[in-house]
Amino acid sequence: MMRALALLLLTALPCAAQDRIASLGGSVSEIVAALGAEDRLIARDSTTLFPETLTALPDVGYVRALSPEGVLSVGPDLILAEEGAGPVEAVEALQQAGIPFVSIPEDPSPEGVLAKIRAVGAALDIDAEPLASQVEAGFDRAAAARADVTDAKKVLFILSAQGGRLMVGGDQTAAGAIIELAGGINAATGFDGYKPMTDEAILTAAPDVILMMDRGGDHGAANEVLFAQAALGASPAAKSDAVVRMDGLLLLGFGPRTPDAAIQLHDALYGG
Amino acid sequence: MVAIAGSVPGDRSDRAKRLFFWLLAGLAAVAVLSIGTGASGVSVLDAAQGWMAGNLDPRDALVLKSIRLPRLALGMLIGAALAVSGAVMQGLFRNPLADPGVVGVGAGASLGAVFAIVLGGMLPVWMGQHAVSLMAFAGAGYSTLLLYRVATRSGRTSVATMLLAGIALGALAAAMVGVMTYMADDRQLRDLTFWGMGSLAGASWTKVGAALPLILPAILLSPLLARGLNGLALGEAAAGHMGLPVQRIKLLAILTVAAATGASVAVSGGIGFIGIVVPHLLRIGSGPDHRWLLPNAAVLGAILLCLADIVARMIVAPAELPIGIVTAILGAPVFLWILLSRKGVGAL
Repeated sequence: MMRALALLLLTALPCAAQDRIASLGGSVSEIVAALGAEDRLIARDSTTLFPETLTALPDVGYVRALSPEGVLSVGPDLILAEEGAGPVEAVEALQQAGIPFVSIPEDPSPEGVLAKIRAVGAALDIDAEPLASQVEAGFDRAAAARADVTDAKKVLFILSAQGGRLMVGGDQTAAGAIIELAGGINAATGFDGYKPMTDEAILTAAPDVILMMDRGGDHGAANEVLFAQAALGASPAAKSDAVVRMDGLLLLGFGPRTPDAAIQLHDALYGG
Repeated sequence: MVAIAGSVPGDRSDRAKRLFFWLLAGLAAVAVLSIGTGASGVSVLDAAQGWMAGNLDPRDALVLKSIRLPRLALGMLIGAALAVSGAVMQGLFRNPLADPGVVGVGAGASLGAVFAIVLGGMLPVWMGQHAVSLMAFAGAGYSTLLLYRVATRSGRTSVATMLLAGIALGALAAAMVGVMTYMADDRQLRDLTFWGMGSLAGASWTKVGAALPLILPAILLSPLLARGLNGLALGEAAAGHMGLPVQRIKLLAILTVAAATGASVAVSGGIGFIGIVVPHLLRIGSGPDHRWLLPNAAVLGAILLCLADIVARMIVAPAELPIGIVTAILGAPVFLWILLSRKGVGAL
């Protein structure tokens, strides 16, 4: 065990910058690209979708269901993975192979994003401070915009409206966090995670604005369909036809683009 | 019971015996194929050469020793366990649709696994990374025990009661899984989904070591059940008149299935279809005599699961498809085709 640990530490030392990196996790890859190290990536996971050029890289599968031989087969010399990559046995096999495996902590908050950027920078042996301070300045701008809000709007994030059942984002979700960063109030509270919400609770929540992911067509139900439901039709959002649609990864990714997402959402809620 | 080999019309035991050795040869071939196939491109030839010359690349050695070999071992064990369990269940229930799910193994195991995934924080720390496997096994064992107790009155187990109680218990377990699915966050939801589709991707010697002491005895002891299951095919009363210890046979069969399937499900998640299709193929090909059906099922199950695993890890490499999808996508149409091409033959 100690020997394995020592070996791991030795190989993890940045004696030579690795240039065959497998990046597992959408926001981790986004940070690598934002740090200008896109050309050092050789593989990605199925949640890495931005920047789009990265989708050309070989896909080693979903980050929680990795195949050790699949990851080894692309020949990485460094694996960057978001927190919770697995299964544990696969991660153990990869560590046995002597490939440095760096786990990047995950937390949907401005501090969490900065910590992620610094962790990725450290793993890549790149000075992450310029990007971190740039992102931090973005968060400050979002905070300034937020401070001007006098009459905060209640925003309901609808993940899906399949068959008239509304799946909404409650507490402890990236959706709730970004709504607050944009100066809104999450209309769905009292439960954690993304859950179906009953019609009456939605009626009581009385959202001013509906927030949805822009999935190009079918899934993003049209406004008329949405407001045809009794619970939503009576909401203030229906009266002003206020539906905001944003790219899902930008909105919920909690990466370097999150300040932009917060400001974009703020502008959509309160007008630029 | 006195049969002179080859003299009774319709006796296919010679054929079944020969088939066993053919299947063993097939398994050896599949094993070589499995060791030589993988995303990293290390072939058997490379490995053999490197090993002979003593200069096998450390990474290739790792791929072979810590990834492909345990995976092959686990695949063979689980394939054999599922197929034998299926054959035993179908014999015990005298029902071609019976599978280990009938004794509550699947429902109990998935409830245990889902509990560990969603409420893992409530479990004792020593379970650690093995919490899902341990809970799945505990769930499988407990639900089987429960069903057995429900169906046993004054020392006699009613298989009909067991079948019905199994349906009720399955519904209850499904409802509880539903409650926990509702409580799960999105990451846990994806974990749940992947668990249900089964995978050998997490194969390690630890898992082989954990599954082996349960699965191997079950497979090796299963031929002891053969005479009893053959007798039960005539009906329980007839089997009793033949002097077979019916109750002991039932208990041993249920224990065998619980151990083998419980261990399989615990280490690899839900892998369907092998338990239904393998015994049927063998009955069509070489007759329903359990003395040969059980060993043949073990070997054919191992072959099919290892083949499915090769497909699972190669088809979308470097990613990997859950193996339960492969067994169903490849297995179901073949099975249907076999059933359809047997026109005019009624019962299975």
